[in-house]
Amino acid sequence: MITAGIDCGAKSTKTVIIKDGQILGKAIVQTGFDQKKAVHESLGKAMKEAGISREEIDKIGGTGSGRNSVDMADKTVNDIKAMGKSAHYYFKNARTVSDVGAEEGRAVKLDEKGNPLDFAINEKCAAGAGFFIEAMARALETPLEEMGPLARQSDKVIPMNAQCVIFAESEVVGLIHAKTSKEDISKSIHDAMASRIVSMIRRIGVNEDVVMLGGVAYNPGFMSAMKRELRLDNIYIPDIPEYGMAVGAAIAAAEEI
Amino acid sequence: MGEEKRQEFWRWTESNWKNPELDWENTKYITIGIDVGSVSSQAVILADGEIFSYGNMRTGSDSPGSARNVMNFALEVTGMPEDRMDYCIGTGYGRVNVPMADKTITEIACHARGANFIYGPEVRTVLDVGGQDIKAIQCDERGKVTNFLMNDKCAAGTGRGMEVFSDLLGIPITEVGDRSFQVEEEPEAVSSTCVVYAKSEATALLRKGWSTEEVLAAYCRAMAERIYSLVGRIGVVPSFAITGGMAKNRGVIDRLMPMVGLESAKTNWDTQIAGALGAALFGYALCQKGKGRKKG
Amino acid sequence: MLANYGYRDASGDHFITIDTDKCNGCGECVTACPQGVFVVLDEDPNDPLRDDPVAVVVSDKKKKLKYECNPCKSTFNRPPLPCVIACGQGVISHSW
Repeated sequence: MITAGIDCGAKSTKTVIIKDGQILGKAIVQTGFDQKKAVHESLGKAMKEAGISREEIDKIGGTGSGRNSVDMADKTVNDIKAMGKSAHYYFKNARTVSDVGAEEGRAVKLDEKGNPLDFAINEKCAAGAGFFIEAMARALETPLEEMGPLARQSDKVIPMNAQCVIFAESEVVGLIHAKTSKEDISKSIHDAMASRIVSMIRRIGVNEDVVMLGGVAYNPGFMSAMKRELRLDNIYIPDIPEYGMAVGAAIAAAEEI
Repeated sequence: MGEEKRQEFWRWTESNWKNPELDWENTKYITIGIDVGSVSSQAVILADGEIFSYGNMRTGSDSPGSARNVMNFALEVTGMPEDRMDYCIGTGYGRVNVPMADKTITEIACHARGANFIYGPEVRTVLDVGGQDIKAIQCDERGKVTNFLMNDKCAAGTGRGMEVFSDLLGIPITEVGDRSFQVEEEPEAVSSTCVVYAKSEATALLRKGWSTEEVLAAYCRAMAERIYSLVGRIGVVPSFAITGGMAKNRGVIDRLMPMVGLESAKTNWDTQIAGALGAALFGYALCQKGKGRKKG
Repeated sequence: MLANYGYRDASGDHFITIDTDKCNGCGECVTACPQGVFVVLDEDPNDPLRDDPVAVVVSDKKKKLKYECNPCKSTFNRPPLPCVIACGQGVISHSW
């Protein structure tokens, strides 16, 4: 059976096509202002990479804040369910899964079958979501992908006073003027972000194994900060974490009889 | 460089003033209050509780420097030596950096006290919207705080939030008020409180064909609603006074006042001195309790 | 005086209100809070003419109240808050 999962997020729309546990194709496009267009484009690109046609896909699952725009979906699931399915698929002992999207941070508590028991969300405030790191990267005039490695080179603890993206930007500029090194500033940024995400996770309880989904998982500075804050040696990350929820949607669609 | 130009709105004319009727040599207690804000700083000198002189100037990038500069600014019109002062109180955003202060007191307490002096004992609710925070204070007839909240966590509704938005729309902040009313029909407020998400919403609206003025109006309305609901949390009791930089932004204030349903109190004093004035008044009260620099 | 510490941002109201008229500075809240949100000061920073000690929310924590208090506010099972119980005088209330 070939299934597709489409995660239409605030910033990007991810599609993954799976057959017998193998990823045949995947694609990520900017969501922009037209969700339906992004969904079609994303699916189209993934199919092209997989070398298959639309008719060959048996089931399509949709998720993400724009899941209602996945009009070709056989089944749509909310983010919480998609996260659970995904985490459990990759890591059978997953009991806590977190996903930090561009505009929202989420954490879900799972049972041994991957069903959600409880969840917590950081919503509506950009400081609690992925956008924070992006905005700080701009303030620091550093490409996003360099932020993590920079942070890893520092071991200073500089607590951030500001808890708002707008005020944090000014604070970063202030730190630059005070000649604080980029490494130290980047670490401070990641520590601040991790502290907000971990606090959200603590609402549902930290139960190992803990899984991280979303593009942030690629950020070594963020993941170090998360492990420090959670006081854990290991946080599990699937191969292509940014497709985490899309995979979850595909699995959910496959389970539809 | 562009940043400095945009700051023009917050550049109050620097001013100092001396009360021609008072003479420091025949006064029992001289107290000074210094309020270092994120954008501007004030110093008020009282002679036995009456305003003797004050100074109002931009805060430099150096807080301790600002405190000294504004104190000198208030002193220079008086001809009085600095060591004549009996008590110095620091307040404001940079209050930890007023090195010559004998004591520091929060802006909340000082603002209420100062408003009580400026607007009279009838004032019961003070709303201050500054560059980086929003303060809503209820006080009694003596200017003692009975209820307050201060938001300095979230930029929405603050001067900084407004700056970011006016940047996005390419409208000089001084024109925000007038331009926001250049619409045929008043639009609904933008739905996002968060400035970051409001920016995305604004971009989408512009793409849909909304004019810059309409988007601006929608944002000003959202800001007025937010400020109104914040002050509503502690309750608005007449008489009601508004202070702070946002008081000069017609775009927000003219939308806020109908929501409040009251006239805002008027004064001839420069409302910016409220914090420093309150600080100096506390200094005077403490001197009378025997806590000043000179005992007795 | 009702001192409302905290903030309202897009995700909601997060205020801890301390009723200073009822507070006697006993410090039970300080001991009860696992996050160190409270501290007792000899003087009320918002009422300098008051001579008695009073509990306040620690300055550094004011902007992070939602995050500081999260551990006590589990989404699933919300037991009564330790600070409120320890106080017993009705001084402390949370807006969320």
